[in-house]
Amino acid sequence: MTNLEIYNRMFIRDLRVKEEDLPGLKYRGIRTWDSLGHMDLIADLEEKYDIHISTSDVMNFSSYEKGMEVLAKYGVII
Amino acid sequence: MYLFQNEKSYGDRLLAEDDCGNKVSYEDLDSFAEELYGHTRGKTLIFILCENTIGSLMGYLGCLKTGVVPLMLEKQINQELLDRLINEYHPTFLYVPRDSLLKAKECEIVWETKGYYLCQRREKQSTSLYGELALLLTTSGSTGSPKLVRQSKGNMEANAESICNYLNIHEKERPVTTLPMNYTYGLSIINSHVKKGAALLLTTKSMVEQPFWDFVREKRATSFGGVPYTYQVLKRIGFLEMNLPDLKIMTQAGGKLSLNLHKEFASYAKDRGKQFVVMYGQTEATARMGYLPASKAIERCGSMGIAIPGGRFWLEDDKNEEITEPEIQGELVYQGENVALGYACCLDDLIKEDEWKGVLHTGDMAKRDSDGYYYITGRKKRFIKLFGNRVNLDEVERLLKDQFEGVDFACAGRDDSLKIYTDMRQEGLLKILDYFYEMTGINSRAVQIQHLDKIPKNEAGKTLYSEID
Repeated sequence: MTNLEIYNRMFIRDLRVKEEDLPGLKYRGIRTWDSLGHMDLIADLEEKYDIHISTSDVMNFSSYEKGMEVLAKYGVII
Repeated sequence: MYLFQNEKSYGDRLLAEDDCGNKVSYEDLDSFAEELYGHTRGKTLIFILCENTIGSLMGYLGCLKTGVVPLMLEKQINQELLDRLINEYHPTFLYVPRDSLLKAKECEIVWETKGYYLCQRREKQSTSLYGELALLLTTSGSTGSPKLVRQSKGNMEANAESICNYLNIHEKERPVTTLPMNYTYGLSIINSHVKKGAALLLTTKSMVEQPFWDFVREKRATSFGGVPYTYQVLKRIGFLEMNLPDLKIMTQAGGKLSLNLHKEFASYAKDRGKQFVVMYGQTEATARMGYLPASKAIERCGSMGIAIPGGRFWLEDDKNEEITEPEIQGELVYQGENVALGYACCLDDLIKEDEWKGVLHTGDMAKRDSDGYYYITGRKKRFIKLFGNRVNLDEVERLLKDQFEGVDFACAGRDDSLKIYTDMRQEGLLKILDYFYEMTGINSRAVQIQHLDKIPKNEAGKTLYSEID
């Protein structure tokens, strides 16, 4: 699986969204992406990519696109 | 007598400020309440779809000041569950935020204020309400049970007074909202601070967003409350390393915190000159029943403490006799003026007077150490807590059985982990999870589903939970 496929799959599973809804998706833009969903998503991405995301980056991870920028800092190029 | 009458003397003092810079004073609340009364004309039933905003707060406090009885519901409530409650209780008004206006069907807007709409329902139904009834809260909101807790003015007054007393709340406090207003713990923070003329910091942001912490710093929040899950998140996002000099008090309730987290936050508080207060309560007791004084947080780690001022705890064995020896498990019983009036399951119940008479069998199992501190050890009733919210396992079964006719379900689990057993075939299981999520909004990470060929039953047809879980 490519990094993008993993990334999308985690969103789809943890936030219960469809792939076509991913572009432009924002934190709290849907009911499932609340603080609980957010922490699940972060935990799963950390596990899949074997990284540790810092506090400020957990908070910066505010949209589907923003998340890609955050992960790039950890060497995960999507 | 109505609630929050002394607060007139607080005049132009700040009542609340939100994260967009909007402010309201205690005087503003007074005029808001007057105007609200002009529309509602006295004691009647209203449903409030709440969020942590000024409009929601004013609606809630305005109702209490004028004797209008609100049922507090989360604004994201599923439409079907909301309609069920409306059909059961026939409220005269709905008070809803702009973005949820579509949820108010068959209504006429009579007042628009602070981002909220007061909507009068077209259906005319005269509702008789007990004179002392002040507030209604759901027992297990997310599963849509019509069962409500009836709280009186006296209950709320007594509990707020007691909380102010043991947390030493004064007018300079500035708590930031981290809990919803349909949740008794969230309301208890509001009630106790409004009583003292303090200022509430309202935000719809959550702790995993930077703007939340910017707001906390800029407005110099002095306290917040959290459920066990909140403290897990706080730890993960590096709260223990943040520099928040104005933050003095952190409270915890809504379920038992793990021993490790209790220890960690208690030590953190001690090192930084803050207070960490573990508490115990239920909606049935208008929020608070017990607390562990901050000075004992490390020494009595894992304990939920002692009864709040004005209350009393004891333990009963299965013959309902008081246990006097220490270290023996029994059902925790509480007595105090904050014990609610009773439950309501339908409209006619709202006329009922005080049924519980100040005594509550909590359904929690506990033991007491020789110094009188209580420790929760388990539960007598079939419910668990999912992220601080009580979820009645029997109600989940009912919800699922209603939807999936002919399919059998059995629910079990522990806090933050619900297990659904079903005889539905493997292929259908995802459908169950989807439906459960759609109705309750409960994060599916907390739910596991498993197929069983047959749900084990005894001869009377009762599910044998001991055989499956």
